[in-house]
Amino acid sequence: MQILLNGELLATDARDLQELCAKLGFAEAKVATALNGSFVAAGRRGLTPLAPQDEVEIVAPRQGG
Amino acid sequence: MLELYGERFTSRLLLGTAQYPSPAILRQAVEASSAEIVTVSLRRESARARAGQGFWELIEQLGVRVLPNTAGCHTAKEAIATAEMARELFGTSWVKLEVIANDDTLQPELLGLVEAAAILSGEGFQVLPYTTEDLSVAERLIGAGCTVLMPWASPIGSARGLINKDGLKALRAYFPDVALIVDAGIGAPSDAAEAMELGYDGVLLNTAIAKAGDPVRMATAFARAIEAGRLAFEAGLLEPRDMATPSTPVAGTPFFKIDRVS
Repeated sequence: MQILLNGELLATDARDLQELCAKLGFAEAKVATALNGSFVAAGRRGLTPLAPQDEVEIVAPRQGG
Repeated sequence: MLELYGERFTSRLLLGTAQYPSPAILRQAVEASSAEIVTVSLRRESARARAGQGFWELIEQLGVRVLPNTAGCHTAKEAIATAEMARELFGTSWVKLEVIANDDTLQPELLGLVEAAAILSGEGFQVLPYTTEDLSVAERLIGAGCTVLMPWASPIGSARGLINKDGLKALRAYFPDVALIVDAGIGAPSDAAEAMELGYDGVLLNTAIAKAGDPVRMATAFARAIEAGRLAFEAGLLEPRDMATPSTPVAGTPFFKIDRVS
């Protein structure tokens, strides 16, 4: 299926957000996630199934003012 | 001491971490500034570059408190989701709440700001809202649970200093018990000193240090200016007068003649 990951199309067979993070190599990384505009806590990623056209954000720390 | 949400700080300078020439200069600038609070943000992480992981290691080494922002958010919903992601990522419920109305001025979108502040306060966040000097909005933000307000001096990154000094003075006078931090638009150390002389509790800045010819020296300059401004406020400043008044005593002056005094 196709999802939108950080604003770009991605073909994935990940069933949930946790699997998607693992497939992208973020299993141990310092990242936070959102699905369709709402925050998903790390502990709930495995309980958050993905569907076609879902919009996923995976973010990390950066410099800010 | 600066007190924000029950925590006390010696330094009254809050420093942004963006736009420095290198991570090493960022580290030196933070140290030179004596800042105990630095602002950070979130970016979409790329599986290849993984830039965020390296930045986080640098911030951890600095041993300062982090204040995540919601920069770039244009709605309350975006700002709330960003704050929630930041709370998990940075392990703090402090948030510099930004809801931006307009990309040219980076002016706060005040209705969305108040809405997001109320929801986040309800979720247990300690909200430090980036706002304007508007008194009625300040009242709403306080009603939403904020005990710290961060009015702009002038648009973000503009280096124009305090363009509405009267408005900032009124805000200080109206809310003597609220921690007020001037955030955005500071250009020179004298701007920061001016804000502190008005009785503001602190100054948050980034570009004026990060983009200076020598950010580390400029960080020192700002640290001293903010300290000087605070000392001056505590010491009690003289009110400006329209006419001259002699500093040297008049009585007993040689050749003094009473009829010269008007």
